[in-house]
Amino acid sequence: MNNFNHYYDSETTRQVISVIVINEHNVLSRIVGLFSARGYNIDSLTVAPISGTQYSRMTIVTTGSKRVIDQIVKQLNKLIPVLKVNEHQNVIEKETVLIKIPIDQPLSDIEVIARAYNGHIQNVTTDAIVISATDAPSRIANFTNIMNKYKPLEVVRSGVVAMER
Amino acid sequence: MRISGAKMVTESLKEEGVDVVFGYPGGAIMNVYDEIYKQSFFQHILTRHEQAAIHAAEGYAKSTGKVGVAIVTSGPGFTNAVTGLADAYMDSVPMVVISGQVPTAIIGTDGFQEIDAVGISRPCTKHNYLVNNINDLPRIIKEAFHIAATGRPGPVHIDIPKDITAEVANFEYPKEVDIPTYKPTVNYNKRQLKKAMDAIAKSKKPLLYVGGGAILSNCAYEIREFAKIANIPVVETLMARGVMGDDNELFVGMLGMHGEFAANMATYDTDCIVSLGARFDDRVTGRLDEFAKKAKVIHVDIDPTSIDKLVHTNFPIVGDLKVTVEGMIEAAKNMKFNDYTNWVSLLKDYREKEPLRYQDSDAVIKPQWVIERVGQTLGDKAIISTDVGQHQMWTAQFYPFSFPRQWNTSGGLGTMGFGLPGAMGVARGNPDKISINFTGDGSILMNIQELMTCVEYELPVINIILNNNYLGMVRQWQTLFYENRLSETDLSAQPDFKKLVEAFGGNGYRVSSKKEFDEALKDAVEKKKPAMIDVIVARDEIVLPMVPNGHALNEMTLLGDNNE
Repeated sequence: MNNFNHYYDSETTRQVISVIVINEHNVLSRIVGLFSARGYNIDSLTVAPISGTQYSRMTIVTTGSKRVIDQIVKQLNKLIPVLKVNEHQNVIEKETVLIKIPIDQPLSDIEVIARAYNGHIQNVTTDAIVISATDAPSRIANFTNIMNKYKPLEVVRSGVVAMER
Repeated sequence: MRISGAKMVTESLKEEGVDVVFGYPGGAIMNVYDEIYKQSFFQHILTRHEQAAIHAAEGYAKSTGKVGVAIVTSGPGFTNAVTGLADAYMDSVPMVVISGQVPTAIIGTDGFQEIDAVGISRPCTKHNYLVNNINDLPRIIKEAFHIAATGRPGPVHIDIPKDITAEVANFEYPKEVDIPTYKPTVNYNKRQLKKAMDAIAKSKKPLLYVGGGAILSNCAYEIREFAKIANIPVVETLMARGVMGDDNELFVGMLGMHGEFAANMATYDTDCIVSLGARFDDRVTGRLDEFAKKAKVIHVDIDPTSIDKLVHTNFPIVGDLKVTVEGMIEAAKNMKFNDYTNWVSLLKDYREKEPLRYQDSDAVIKPQWVIERVGQTLGDKAIISTDVGQHQMWTAQFYPFSFPRQWNTSGGLGTMGFGLPGAMGVARGNPDKISINFTGDGSILMNIQELMTCVEYELPVINIILNNNYLGMVRQWQTLFYENRLSETDLSAQPDFKKLVEAFGGNGYRVSSKKEFDEALKDAVEKKKPAMIDVIVARDEIVLPMVPNGHALNEMTLLGDNNE
């Protein structure tokens, strides 16, 4: 019998968690504060109100050992304004990226690549074009990497939203 | 009824049955203080520092089981209170702290005496509120008392802007609390309890490891009963002192860094450890991978985050401890346990062979002697508070505790300066008991101004300074682990404590012999006034046994070892 904390597999895993919270003053800082105070990791965080209710949904992507993920879920549940915490196992994940590219880059190449990632041109000005894409987070990461070669002026990623299949 | 926000505060406290509030006024909270002046439902005790107001409310709450209440102003008033909040949070003390805030229109402009109070208190409270709308105030106060006292108790902070306390609105105090997101688990899972009970019954060397949760949940007597029915020995954490009563046959002692040999060996040997409201703190476990490593672990706690946090649990049970232990008693009545007689007598042998002891002396007073002496003289007539350091550990070791809530100390945060204001809260809440504060020459100076509060409100706290002219516990570590380099722990520069307490209007004594101490204690108890007995004790005494940092519980330094 060994009760040592290394009982758990110390391998780190990526975990998508959604947290339903009451819309009230301070609630976002409570959640974020919990992660920073206990040394947990936030890879991405998105928040939006759930329409027609007094609640908001936060989608948090985090990494850690099983023990750490367990603690994150328990500690989140312990916060007073938290209604529900879901540790997602089988989810559809989506992320959006906006990328601004100087107008002097090869635009037709860019459009072809964007289309391969479910993306398209959103806006064109005399100086730059803005393309957007919405896809699985790993594909958005790939897309962003590829676009780096066209000297982007600005890249904005939305963070992950997720829904159980 | 249309009343001001300030009056809502006093009316709500009245509704909650509060009979004492500790606090300190200031600009942003003045409207509330004006209402405090006008009311006659509760007493307000003016401490001389906001930190002390919180500690006093803690001492009151810990010794009575009621919710402690403190009121402070914005800015520095609130920041002074933060140490108290953190202390109460670590020890799960039920408490409501109200602070003033600058007016809503000024918030965020770096106004005079403005600070982001809810931002600061977030990590050291169970929950906190900034009141944005006067109509929320009654509900918030009701919720605060509910959250503070239920589930795993803790401090709740309410920050109220000055304009909200001035504004007038309709007041109706809610009868019920409805927080859809807050439903602490009270009832345990029956199947899980059955499995745990079977594991206990099958084990050969079971051990109850009892923590502060046993006090918070008021189930000391149920634990005594369960231990007796099943004939299982019990070890206590620092925070659980008094749960078993030291003369109980099944009591093996306090475990941990300065725990008894028998208690630590029991933890090392046991094959089934039952944690009742304890949380495997590092001061208890020593080296974690060696802690109770032969044992199956049963962990009962109201807080799910405590379970599996540090130690893998075979049988987790989430629920109120009192309810759960009552369930264990019921189950135990119809069960057949193994015969633990040999195990119990083995631990008794350990205790006899290696009891807590010290080398007494007639030439100089040993600090342990003072504590034993107070124990022999006052016993269960006193409630014992301490500050933090060597004297705290010696008190936990050598005072004969006999009932729950007899012990009031800063366990989790380890706050020097807790003792005097903590004992003040004890004195206010327990007028029929003698409030003793064991302190050190380092600790006492951290909130010495509270002697004034004790004198003003006739709170007869007897402070006993175990004066070794050192910051003793740090010096002990320097001696043992830093090759005796005593960096900044020599406290030879001292006030005349006797004159100091006399200047505040209390009774002062300075003693350097056992006879003088007996006389001073007798006199202090008889006079029933705030007192300070400055006891000159052996300078170099160290707290033993000791489990050095990073060692396992069975690798203790015992008294004999140190003299070699």
